[in-house]
Amino acid sequence: MSNTVIKVENLSKRYQLGTIGYGSLQHDLKAWWARMQGKEDPNTKIGEKSRMDLHGEFWALKNVNFEVQKGDRIGIIGRNGAGKSTLLKLLSRVTSPTGGTIRVRGRVASLLEVGTGFHPELTGRENVFLNGAILGMKRREIQSKFDEILNFSGVERFIDTPVKRYSSGMYVRLAFSVAAHLESEIMIIDEVLAVGDSEFQKKCLGKMDAVSRGEGRTIIFVSHHLPSIRALCNKGIYLGGGQVLHQGEMSASVDQYLTSYKTTKSGWEGQPIDLKGLKVLAIALSEAGGKAIGSSVDVSSQLRLRFSFLLKEEIYDLVLGFVLFNYNHDPIYRSLTTDLKSSINREIKQGVNTLECEVPVSFLAGGEYFLNVHASISNSEWIINPAEDRQFELKFELQNDAFGSSHHTHGSVAPGVQWELLKS
Amino acid sequence: MSSSQDTEHWDLVIEPKNKFLRFDIKEILQYKFLMFLFVRRDFVAQFKQTILGPLWFIIQPVMTSGIFTMVFSVIAKIPTDGVPPFLFNLIGVTLWNYFSSCLGATSNILGGNAGLFGKVYFPRLTVPISTVITRLYTFGIQFVFLLIVYFALMFSGAALHPNWLLLLVPLMIAHSALLGLGIGLFASGLTVKYRDLNQLIGFGLSLAMYATPIFYPMSSVPANLKWIVTFNPMAPVIEIFRYAFTGTGTVPTVEYVVSLALTVVVVYFGIALFQRAERNFIDVA
Repeated sequence: MSNTVIKVENLSKRYQLGTIGYGSLQHDLKAWWARMQGKEDPNTKIGEKSRMDLHGEFWALKNVNFEVQKGDRIGIIGRNGAGKSTLLKLLSRVTSPTGGTIRVRGRVASLLEVGTGFHPELTGRENVFLNGAILGMKRREIQSKFDEILNFSGVERFIDTPVKRYSSGMYVRLAFSVAAHLESEIMIIDEVLAVGDSEFQKKCLGKMDAVSRGEGRTIIFVSHHLPSIRALCNKGIYLGGGQVLHQGEMSASVDQYLTSYKTTKSGWEGQPIDLKGLKVLAIALSEAGGKAIGSSVDVSSQLRLRFSFLLKEEIYDLVLGFVLFNYNHDPIYRSLTTDLKSSINREIKQGVNTLECEVPVSFLAGGEYFLNVHASISNSEWIINPAEDRQFELKFELQNDAFGSSHHTHGSVAPGVQWELLKS
Repeated sequence: MSSSQDTEHWDLVIEPKNKFLRFDIKEILQYKFLMFLFVRRDFVAQFKQTILGPLWFIIQPVMTSGIFTMVFSVIAKIPTDGVPPFLFNLIGVTLWNYFSSCLGATSNILGGNAGLFGKVYFPRLTVPISTVITRLYTFGIQFVFLLIVYFALMFSGAALHPNWLLLLVPLMIAHSALLGLGIGLFASGLTVKYRDLNQLIGFGLSLAMYATPIFYPMSSVPANLKWIVTFNPMAPVIEIFRYAFTGTGTVPTVEYVVSLALTVVVVYFGIALFQRAERNFIDVA
């Protein structure tokens, strides 16, 4: 029996952007009637495309994979819009995935908010029962825990008063107390700790810590507050752009997350990630002589890329390479192992391989650049799609002093053309 | 490693929902305590800070039946088959109220609970089910009042003939609840996308009331308008309900079978549409 309590496979969630339909029956019927007659949609302005055939899609999560072991305290971090909330919503079953599966062993309680379902007219006591039941507790469970909940909340005197007369602090304390006494094996917690006074926050963190360490329960915790997430969690998942960018020890995930705010990310190193028989070991950018790149790179330097990977077995028609993107993530150029006639491609064998090449930058404008590796089988099947699988992406700042500081580039490259004035 | 794990037992598998109808009665029963609390919450919340409290439940049918009696029975002289007009109207109004309140409350479920549904998972059908149960309490009070009026009139010598159809009264009540629930779920699924349907429901309900034999007996409907009553699923239900107490009017067997079939279809598609809407509306609302 394995200790895996949550297994997430290829999880994806797509949102439709923009308005779906026109929101009123009359408009939709008119649009439908017009289309049936082959006329133009009467609701659109002239020249505007009909909203009915607009397919703006947004993938909040794309092909997310991870496993959670029993007793893990997982912290999920990432910037706004990285997919954290969507992941929690999917795990809590508030919304359903577009693709992929989540398998769970044990009871899940999710706390995306404290005091869900509290009714202002009901007393504290009635709300404890209602809230507990909404969170999935049985009547007997709530009854047996009631005194403990009351004690923890510190609102004993007002328990038979309608909660609409509570101060907001009392309200939150009572609500959190119910949640803290849930007896589920897996707890999913959003940034609910950001409420209440700091003393009560400490008490809550302590309680959660005791629950997970003492009783071996699994906790999944999302927060922007790095100190509390560091204190509570032992494992981390760092999300970015709807993908898992790092998974491992909490401190390593936090480091990766913080690095993302720096202008330079000169290498990727982490738990080897297995992708269809290719295991990425390390990716590194360096200047001539193996010197690590600093906060910025001069266009005159010799930038080199080193890419190490393990092949379980030889992959026929394996194509490797890299793509360079500008600050806007538009591709600038691509280089593949199969580009030139004298290709090393046939020499890539089973086992550990390390590729090295120069990354030409001398003709580029100054600014921020991204570099991502490319791996595919022939031209048909992706192993690493550089435009989408951004967990391996490197980042550097290029400095082009030849142009002076006030120049504005036009176009993507700046080859530094020498002009001559011909004498007539 | 992966092949052996796939065959292991998992308590919960979350995947894209594509099934047309997913009706997990066992899961809903696990949440019966929650339903009990929902019912109590709605009941308590309704009467906090009111003077008359549950008395409102009785005032409403009394006023409605009183006005119907005045307008339709006294002024318009619509026959009531020898039954005291006030009782005749009260019987119809009581059951119709249950049906229409179930429908009205259910149709607003998704919109009214968006905050709750967006934060925590529980089987969503528990909410409409508990709504119908809450309304059953209201109906119970009104029904007791109806019985008091009924017996009072019987002892004062009115021509009332209770009969074996009284055995079907619980079935008629359940039928009204199911029909209200079914149409309400259907509407709830649609109002997520089209807010203006809410207007239609209130309006449609008051119109439908006139197409239902509440203040007139089914027998007085002229032949060329009979089809309205035949395809109005509430018409035979109210007619049978009244017949059981008064022994007057008709027992529309064919119409009732049609109504029963319609109700089953409406409930089935109502649940399906509700679930379809429920699974996406958190992303839309």
